[in-house]
Amino acid sequence: MTDLALIRNFAIIAHIDHGKSTLADRMIEICGGLQKREMTSQVLDSMDIERERGITIKAQTVRLKHKAKDGKTYTLNLVDTPGHVDFSYEVSRSLAACEGSLLVVDATQGVEAQTLANAYLAVDGGHEVIPVLNKIDLASAEPERIQQQIEDVVGIDATDALPISAKTGEGVKEVLDALVERLPAPEGDADAPLKALLVDSWYDQYLGVMILVRVQDGYLRKGIKVRMMGLGSTHDIERVGVFTPKNEIVEALGPGEIGFITASIKDVSECEVGDTFTEERRQTAEPLPGFKPSVPVVFCGLFPADSDDFERLRESLAKLSLNDSSFHYEAETSAALGMGFRCGFLGLLHLEIVEERLEREFDLDLVATAPSVVYHLRTTQDEEFDLHNPADMPDPTKIRAIDEPWIKASIMVPDEYLGPVLALCQEKRGEQTDLTYAGSRALVTYRLPLNEVVFDFYDRLKSISRGYASFDYHLDGYQESNLVKLGILINGEPVDSLSMVVHRDQAEARGRALCLRLKDLIPRQLFKVAIQAAIGGKVVARETVSAMRKDVTAKCYGGDVSRKRKLLDRQKRGKKRMRQFGNVEIPHEAFLAALKMGED
Amino acid sequence: MAETRKDSLAVYVHWPFCLSKCPYCDFNSHVRDSVDDARWRRALCLEIDYWAEQTPGRHVGSIFFGGGTPSLMAPETVAAVIERIGMKWSLDAAAEITLEANPTSAEAARFAAFREAGVNRLSLGVQALDDTALKFLGRQHDANEARAALDLARRIFPRFSFDLIYARPEQSAAAWRQELSTALDMAAGHVSLYQLTIEKGTPFYTRQRDGEINPPGEAHAADLFDITNALAATAGYSAYEISNYAKPAHASRHNLAYWRYQDYAGIGPGAHGRLRTAENGARALRQHAKPETWLEAVERVGHGSAEARPLEPTEQAEEMLMMGLRLHEGINLVFFTERTGLTLEQAIRPGALTRLGDGGLLSHDGQNLRATDKGRNVLNSLLSELFA
Repeated sequence: MTDLALIRNFAIIAHIDHGKSTLADRMIEICGGLQKREMTSQVLDSMDIERERGITIKAQTVRLKHKAKDGKTYTLNLVDTPGHVDFSYEVSRSLAACEGSLLVVDATQGVEAQTLANAYLAVDGGHEVIPVLNKIDLASAEPERIQQQIEDVVGIDATDALPISAKTGEGVKEVLDALVERLPAPEGDADAPLKALLVDSWYDQYLGVMILVRVQDGYLRKGIKVRMMGLGSTHDIERVGVFTPKNEIVEALGPGEIGFITASIKDVSECEVGDTFTEERRQTAEPLPGFKPSVPVVFCGLFPADSDDFERLRESLAKLSLNDSSFHYEAETSAALGMGFRCGFLGLLHLEIVEERLEREFDLDLVATAPSVVYHLRTTQDEEFDLHNPADMPDPTKIRAIDEPWIKASIMVPDEYLGPVLALCQEKRGEQTDLTYAGSRALVTYRLPLNEVVFDFYDRLKSISRGYASFDYHLDGYQESNLVKLGILINGEPVDSLSMVVHRDQAEARGRALCLRLKDLIPRQLFKVAIQAAIGGKVVARETVSAMRKDVTAKCYGGDVSRKRKLLDRQKRGKKRMRQFGNVEIPHEAFLAALKMGED
Repeated sequence: MAETRKDSLAVYVHWPFCLSKCPYCDFNSHVRDSVDDARWRRALCLEIDYWAEQTPGRHVGSIFFGGGTPSLMAPETVAAVIERIGMKWSLDAAAEITLEANPTSAEAARFAAFREAGVNRLSLGVQALDDTALKFLGRQHDANEARAALDLARRIFPRFSFDLIYARPEQSAAAWRQELSTALDMAAGHVSLYQLTIEKGTPFYTRQRDGEINPPGEAHAADLFDITNALAATAGYSAYEISNYAKPAHASRHNLAYWRYQDYAGIGPGAHGRLRTAENGARALRQHAKPETWLEAVERVGHGSAEARPLEPTEQAEEMLMMGLRLHEGINLVFFTERTGLTLEQAIRPGALTRLGDGGLLSHDGQNLRATDKGRNVLNSLLSELFA
């Protein structure tokens, strides 16, 4: 157990590529956590995808030993935070495990929107924030300007900002010293009943579910029975340890300490981030504040492009969810698309990450339906419910009101691209709430319907700003809106998975675009195929695929019978992947392709 | 249409050799420096013996020499095969005996000898009446040779037919109209008019994939098909099968046996058969395709059979529909049930009959099921709708 006065717990807040992981690596090296040869590049970002995208998905942690100027050796616990506000709740819990943060800003780039959101979370969480200006070894570094920008935009005193180069190691020791000197020591009562924060959990193939904890009061020891106060479950602690960053078993974790426990828990879904551990036989009176079970915000259907991959997709989702308690999924059968899953995510980036991991780590070719958000519906009978899937939307005459979620978006963009960005936000039904400048960069704040943002906002923002705009958002309540369900009908029958909820003003244009796309993708049939887009009972767009005129083998004699029958057998198997619409059958692939095209 | 006896058997004889391979052909054909005629003659006769033993007492209503290029056969071989068939089975006096021939002058020189051997119907692979097109199709003859061969066939054989390939790349409607009119003037009761089909594994397939040749699209191909049927009808030829046109009583009896799903025996490399015997029921039969493999097998064990597989009633039903719906006359449903043991409703997907009937692709009068003109144009999709 460590003396509270000799502990400092901190997080690092930084934008992608601003050097968070490099800085962490240097600190580990200086503190002797790993030998040089053990250092793989960016120790903390352990998943390929994290390394590549520069996004931390799981909160990781490392315990460092640092001999400070006062001659004493301090324990510095670095908690790595998820880097995107899709995970803002997870970020807030990681921050809650610490007393202070390093705000790392690239001195050649400046503050980005995502940094800003997390910096605000830290400030709101009562953190001591130490600004760090990284990459000062580069000729293009402008530390003074960026220092001013931090004061202007983040609103904290940056006078004592630390200039460093995480790459060369310059200034990193000073960062370690500053942590000791400027951050408060944690507080806690060793004699009080156990009170510990569940910061994160993940699945380790050797140790099972590992739980990252921050102890507030009391002790976590092997063998004690603990209770998760939010979920009400109890578990026997099997292991207690810390990361150096290697796993190291310790006797116990006391007040102010951060480490891991295992407790023969099978599933990360049994570990809700933010929950409080206490000892079963000597319980604390009050859990730690701020616990919220995770709630998915964005939903979409995921279907295997090849329906033979359905079982593999199921297994992969199960494996993935071992490590991601915020990801929800359930089997969904779509008449048009075949078998797949309805999945819930914390946000768009979370969706993208899950999709990408499935495709990359599990080698699956996937098709996602248009993402949809959760609507609050009130019927004429005054029943209220949440709508997760546009296909489930009741008849418009039965709906009294639909509320949709809004977000507050912060966009930072170089001056020259501001015009198109504002136009995009307007087109997406946005309401501007603020526009300020920091040097030649504009910080614009908009309220936007989340429904518009999940459609194609992010891709378009990137393209109109040539990648220079950075974007962040947080949910900002629900409000009533004139929303309709846009349905696609094939020969008069609805195609469940292609329906979407859109604002009435945009419904016709979307419908026309989708009909045209389907016309190109639906192969010619024995009979003509009518493709319609409809709002309620009213058709707003129509296209026709004309009937095929010629499809017959010219020569067929005695020797061709077997070969022809084999061909028919293959077609028969293909039919299993088709859906009947009136007198024609259309392959799932056509609808999947229509969705896939929408991604471009 | 010519009626055939119920126990009638059609015999197909495959001659697998060609002087050169045509770039569109995916048939079992091979180019060899020399062929031992006597040895092949013996082997073909041995295999006739084998199949005749399996189907004793059957009447042979037709023989068809196909290939390959059967006009390269020694006339003695043709004579020996016909004689052997007559000896081992019983050959109807009015049996139709067809031989496929190329119209080169060298092969035309043998026509009289083939007639002498017993061939009473010649099927000439004319393919086109245009030298450029013939060259493109890789044929060894030119248009003049084709005309000469047709004149000769008319003098020598009681019946003859010829093939043309249309819907060739860059072929205009006007050019085809012209070519077909000329061809119909030279015809004698029967023509086979095939749309060019590019098959996997052929040189044309590669050239199409590489964008070197562009066969007509669906709409143009359909237009050419309509022109073909209209011109043929004006000349008195009815489309009794998708690609076969005949004046009354001139339809190919042998080919009708395939389409009516009657029994046929296949002799020679790669030949297929469909035979029903009391002992084995209905079977799908296939001979070794490679000439040398087939030859050695026959010499060793008396036959070149590579596969003899029993056919389930549902398989028979599918094959019968597949073949029968190619015919203008369609399928006699009494015969269908007799042949397969299934009613039509048992054999096809529920609802398909109504759907295809309502859509004007099938007609069903209780006695016969037939594809309409519109239905035959899209028969592949129609069949897949019927079975899947």
